[in-house]
Amino acid sequence: MKYIDEYRDKSIVLALANEIKKTSTKPVRLMEVCGGHTMSIQKFGIPYLLPKTVELISGPGCPVCVTSRAFIDKAVAYSRRGEVIITTYGDLIRVPGSSSSLDIEKAKGADIRTVYSILDALSIAKENRKKKVVFLGIGFETTAPGSAAGLVKAQMAGLRNFFLFSAHKVMPPAMETLIDEGVQIDGYVGPGHVSAITGETIYLDIPKKYGLGVVISGFEPVDLMQSILMLVKQFENNDPKVEIQYTRVVRPEGNLKAQQMLDEVFEFGDDWWRGLGVLKNSGLKIREKYAMHDAEKKIEVEVEPTREPKGCICGEILRGIKKPKDCKLFATACTPSNPVGACMVSNEGSCAAHYLYNR
Amino acid sequence: MKDKPETILLGHGSGGRLSHDLIEGLFSKWFDNDILRQQGDSAIVPFAGGKLAFTTDSFVVDPLFFPGGDIGKLAVAGTVNDLAVSGARPRYLSCGFIIEEGLAFEVLEKVVESMAKEAKKAGVLLVTGDTKVVDRGKCDKIFINTSGIGSLADKHRNISSGSTIEPGDKVIINGSIGDHGMAVMAARNELKIVANIQSDCACLNTLISDALLESDQVKFMRDATRGGLGTVLSELVKGKSFGIRLNETDLVIRDGVRGMCELLGFDPLYVANEGKVVMVVGKEDAEKALFSIRQNKMGKHAAIIGEITKEHQGKAWLQTVVGGKRVIEMLSGQQLPRIC
Repeated sequence: MKYIDEYRDKSIVLALANEIKKTSTKPVRLMEVCGGHTMSIQKFGIPYLLPKTVELISGPGCPVCVTSRAFIDKAVAYSRRGEVIITTYGDLIRVPGSSSSLDIEKAKGADIRTVYSILDALSIAKENRKKKVVFLGIGFETTAPGSAAGLVKAQMAGLRNFFLFSAHKVMPPAMETLIDEGVQIDGYVGPGHVSAITGETIYLDIPKKYGLGVVISGFEPVDLMQSILMLVKQFENNDPKVEIQYTRVVRPEGNLKAQQMLDEVFEFGDDWWRGLGVLKNSGLKIREKYAMHDAEKKIEVEVEPTREPKGCICGEILRGIKKPKDCKLFATACTPSNPVGACMVSNEGSCAAHYLYNR
Repeated sequence: MKDKPETILLGHGSGGRLSHDLIEGLFSKWFDNDILRQQGDSAIVPFAGGKLAFTTDSFVVDPLFFPGGDIGKLAVAGTVNDLAVSGARPRYLSCGFIIEEGLAFEVLEKVVESMAKEAKKAGVLLVTGDTKVVDRGKCDKIFINTSGIGSLADKHRNISSGSTIEPGDKVIINGSIGDHGMAVMAARNELKIVANIQSDCACLNTLISDALLESDQVKFMRDATRGGLGTVLSELVKGKSFGIRLNETDLVIRDGVRGMCELLGFDPLYVANEGKVVMVVGKEDAEKALFSIRQNKMGKHAAIIGEITKEHQGKAWLQTVVGGKRVIEMLSGQQLPRIC
């Protein structure tokens, strides 16, 4: 069992496609809110396998994409301070800020290092005691426990030169806001890895309050096709509920240890989402107990005023109101090598995924 | 360039779209001439009544030694392959070393020995060279440039441009994809991944000359280095009156490479190779060419992976493993720095 081939079996996928076709009698719009799903759907050519009645739309599931320009501007400002080493996941390096980006600052001499884990950032802090090492924390419930664990470790190890700049967010407020704002969808393909941490309970309001189904899905083609089938069935039978397709990873109660870790370090606060604006209690802010590692509290910088790019409709794309192809800049002024909006930067962004796989 | 960049970024050397922009917007603009405009792996230049293929490449791989190869082997194979895929017979190589002060002599000797061995295997001579040493910290251990010339038989003059390709032709590759890029990534201990992945770094001139002897229907060749197979195919069809259909099920991807790609979020289609040639061969000759390639050690896992199509003009299409369809674009943005 390698967990790859089994879930990419053509005959199973085609059988599921057939089943979806048989089950689906009326138009249904399903939104995925996880960048990994967006990528996988495009990479395997899933839309091509679905009947015309089933439409997939991408929601605000890419952490880089929903992160504000102001966050990048501030990271750029940190990087310009001689005593700062910026550590970040690779995705953020190329995201344009108002007038610069981390890769431009790097080329100009700033010390910016790509890491694959916050633990690498901790090692860098250990080796560079005289520098301030700032880790850019972005992402949802999936990456936030890692950041939390990193801060706990830093505190225990007395690494006073280690700081987290947190733009961590939680998913449910965004999912509810989209429906409140009147985005026309009939069900959610629930994020697999977020749910592995949180469990299913965070979504229970969605069928109850809004009458929409949520199926927590894995990332392979068989997973996605099966989840789509489950959602189509719920929709056809008018029986919205929360279901877990990704049972090999997601337990109903989630990962309790990770949840405790999150609670130890973070508290909820209002946060700004690209395309959605400020959402109540949607951000993870560092608790007072860990304030000595909070970059925003401990490192002062002057940040340039944020300028949003003209003509960019990332916001509407993230809300699923428009598709990448509806944007005038798509594939002309805005390309993965010269991205205007954040949706084009990250691999998981819906514009980048459409550019790469579906033009 | 659409927008002149303020600074040179790592991406400008990636072999992807930014490099493309740099070449188009700066180098081609200033150096413009008929030969440069061919934009093949080698320049095809007239010489003494015949034709020569001429090419150059620089190597900055980090680390210097990795499973399956080293910077020296790479420096010879890279240039030999650029000549060979143009249909030429590689003959003479030059090499330029830029060395960082403080490099252990033993390291340099190992690299040079490796170059000599590879050159001997490929039947090329290293006939001229140059050495510069720079202050510590001004370059990273050692950078190598090699240039090469090869003789080009008149009947192979169109291989470089692929101007005779037509619908129905088959696309062949001589084995698994993504080995080199992932081997180098795994060798960089920053990832702390233990993977048994060997680079495919190797000279392909014998494999190629055997195939050319077997069939005169080899219409195009390119080595799928930076940017990987995906970039080669999308470049090949760009602006052309034909398309390419690639069958994902026919691609060979080793378990280690696939596992690492899954883990790191890379698409093997865009991961670099250093011993893989993509060939477009006339339909009737495809099996014959494939048989010949498979006789070579470097071509045991060769396969027909796709076809030139009348549909989807200007696009490379992938028939995915699960029966879906998607476009293959040029690599953009997600490249790995310093893998060759």
